[in-house]
Amino acid sequence: MQPPEKPDIHSESFLHMLMQRQLRLSIACAATFLVALFGLPLFNYFAPELMATRVFGFTLTWLIVGVLFFPLVWIISWIFIRRSIALEEAEVEEVTRGNAPTDRK
Amino acid sequence: MMPFLAAVDPWILTFSAITVVVTVAMGFWSAKKSKTASDFFVAGRSVSVGWNSSAISGEYLSAASFMGVAGMVMSSGYDALWYPVCYACGYLFLLLFIAGPLRRFGAYTIPDFAEGRFDSPIFRKIAVIFVLFIGFFYTMPQMKGAGVTLAYIFKDIEWFSGVKGLPYWVGVVLVGSVITLNVALGGMKGITLVQAVQYWIKMFAISLPIFVLMSVHSHYGNHLQANSVKPAVGMISEGDTSTSLEAAAAINRKALSEKAPKDETWINPFGPLTTKAAKAAGLSAAESRPYSLLYTYSLIIALVCGTAGLPHILVRFYTNPDGVAAKRTTMWVMILIGVFYVFPPVFGVMGRNLMPELYNGLAGVKGTDGVVLNLPLILTEKYGTLGAVLSGITCAGAFAAFMSTFSGLLVSMTGALAHDIYGRILRPKSTPEERMKMFKYCAVICGAGAILLGFFVETFEINKLVGWAFAIAATSYFPLLFLATWWRNITMKGAATGMLAGGTLSLTAIASTMLADQAKWAEGLKIWYTSHPLARTLAEQPAIWALPLALALMIVISRLTRSEVPADIRMKMLVLHAPEKLGLKQEYIQEHQQGH
Repeated sequence: MQPPEKPDIHSESFLHMLMQRQLRLSIACAATFLVALFGLPLFNYFAPELMATRVFGFTLTWLIVGVLFFPLVWIISWIFIRRSIALEEAEVEEVTRGNAPTDRK
Repeated sequence: MMPFLAAVDPWILTFSAITVVVTVAMGFWSAKKSKTASDFFVAGRSVSVGWNSSAISGEYLSAASFMGVAGMVMSSGYDALWYPVCYACGYLFLLLFIAGPLRRFGAYTIPDFAEGRFDSPIFRKIAVIFVLFIGFFYTMPQMKGAGVTLAYIFKDIEWFSGVKGLPYWVGVVLVGSVITLNVALGGMKGITLVQAVQYWIKMFAISLPIFVLMSVHSHYGNHLQANSVKPAVGMISEGDTSTSLEAAAAINRKALSEKAPKDETWINPFGPLTTKAAKAAGLSAAESRPYSLLYTYSLIIALVCGTAGLPHILVRFYTNPDGVAAKRTTMWVMILIGVFYVFPPVFGVMGRNLMPELYNGLAGVKGTDGVVLNLPLILTEKYGTLGAVLSGITCAGAFAAFMSTFSGLLVSMTGALAHDIYGRILRPKSTPEERMKMFKYCAVICGAGAILLGFFVETFEINKLVGWAFAIAATSYFPLLFLATWWRNITMKGAATGMLAGGTLSLTAIASTMLADQAKWAEGLKIWYTSHPLARTLAEQPAIWALPLALALMIVISRLTRSEVPADIRMKMLVLHAPEKLGLKQEYIQEHQQGH
């Protein structure tokens, strides 16, 4: 077991780790969102009958874009904010308490 | 005096007047509390999450959101739904990639960021020009909203024999001057409070009339259901059609006019908005679908990335006390605007069924853009004054909409002029008092400019104008902000080339389609566009090619000029990405001061 090591906050490796962890989180969230956003026109294009199915009077695609898309975005951003605040706290902890940077999450 | 006032609906006048008076009064009240330069430019950086998220939402929900989205859903149907969705989703992008780092870097304006990130005063100048440019582009639809709404309120006034109604320009001048005065007096701190209150006015004004209308004329889903009724009589079969006929009977749908799109194209994707170019070229419905898909994608990219690049939105992130607060604020903004954006399309759908005569109106409030203001009046038949009261409420909401967005734009443009051009470029040694004085003069200059531009846009669709401002922001600011926060090797030359190329090319493309449609001397271009639907689609919605182009240019030129990457780039990236608690920002400032 290595003794806990304080990361040098000015070092290249610290910056690299910092940006990599943040970017990984952002890209994961963005990918979920983009698949939904860019997928919808494709569904409209290739499965028009399915998307025109009536649900409570709405067409399926109208219901998704006009109403259901907003909660999806809220969920993604809520997850992102929780994770990213936790990430920042972990980073501060590592530097001040002197725990070696781990690559968890 | 009496016949003069009798011609104006008292409810509409009262509600609108209250909104204006409250705005002005709050501006004056907070003007007393705005003392320092920091108060003026970034509201003292001490706005709480609740206030700030309401204020950002209030600023963001413009005339386009309040009136334009409903009008466009009514006139174009499904395809117009992408506007509200992407207006809201753009914030997610801002949150994921830009909000946190930008706040940690800490600068008053985007030009400050541009200069700080690249150590380049020249780049500040370029960035300032773009702030002013996108800002003015975005004020035009707000001014149009103002002109149209005032013309609606005073439509029946007879000034003297023969002259009826209020000319469009009066509203532009009136609203423009009121807001300019407000901004000049209170600065950013003044308008933060006003905009926060205006968000709640708008939310109330868009939702309450919808609930009342739905309780009288059946709900959202039934109205959409009615649009599947086949017009062919005598072909009615059992099953599906009977339920839709029931729904249709329940809502008493009026006959559509000749100019309205047919149900089939209106309710389904790839309708009149996105197939215009292909239809003009004489292609069949099946042949025009690929163009339509392309148009849809390009529109989505422009709207989502454009949100992240709008200067008056970004400056708001600096009013948060810290990066965590900036993120929390964005979360709340998304909830606030997401809830709001469910409502405007309902107006469009109901307007189609209940007030189809708006399809015949040419422009402005008589056309579909006025559906939010006009629709509540259908209640007058059954419930008397209720219709007028609700119409008064939506008018007040419209006032709040263009006033708040216009004040936000005016603050960021004035900030660019007073802080960046005067304070940094012309007179770097000016005192804070001189800068505050200059802020007031600049507010008047920008306000006057916006009013002048407002005169020219009466015939344009509000939402389209806004879409274009987004396309330009998406292809200039967004790639800059994105790469400058996440890619350390970007150089000033790379960033500037990409931003200028992306922004000017998409502007040229958009302007060329406007010219082809409106100018007589551009007849040749019009004919060419008609026979080349692909070119026309790409020119009308340039984001799909201009954004990758800008990114590619930034990367290639930065690679070619790699020796010019700022020497302290690691420190800059640390300031952008390390948690603020580590105190790297203070260290960075100290190093910089020693260095000079």
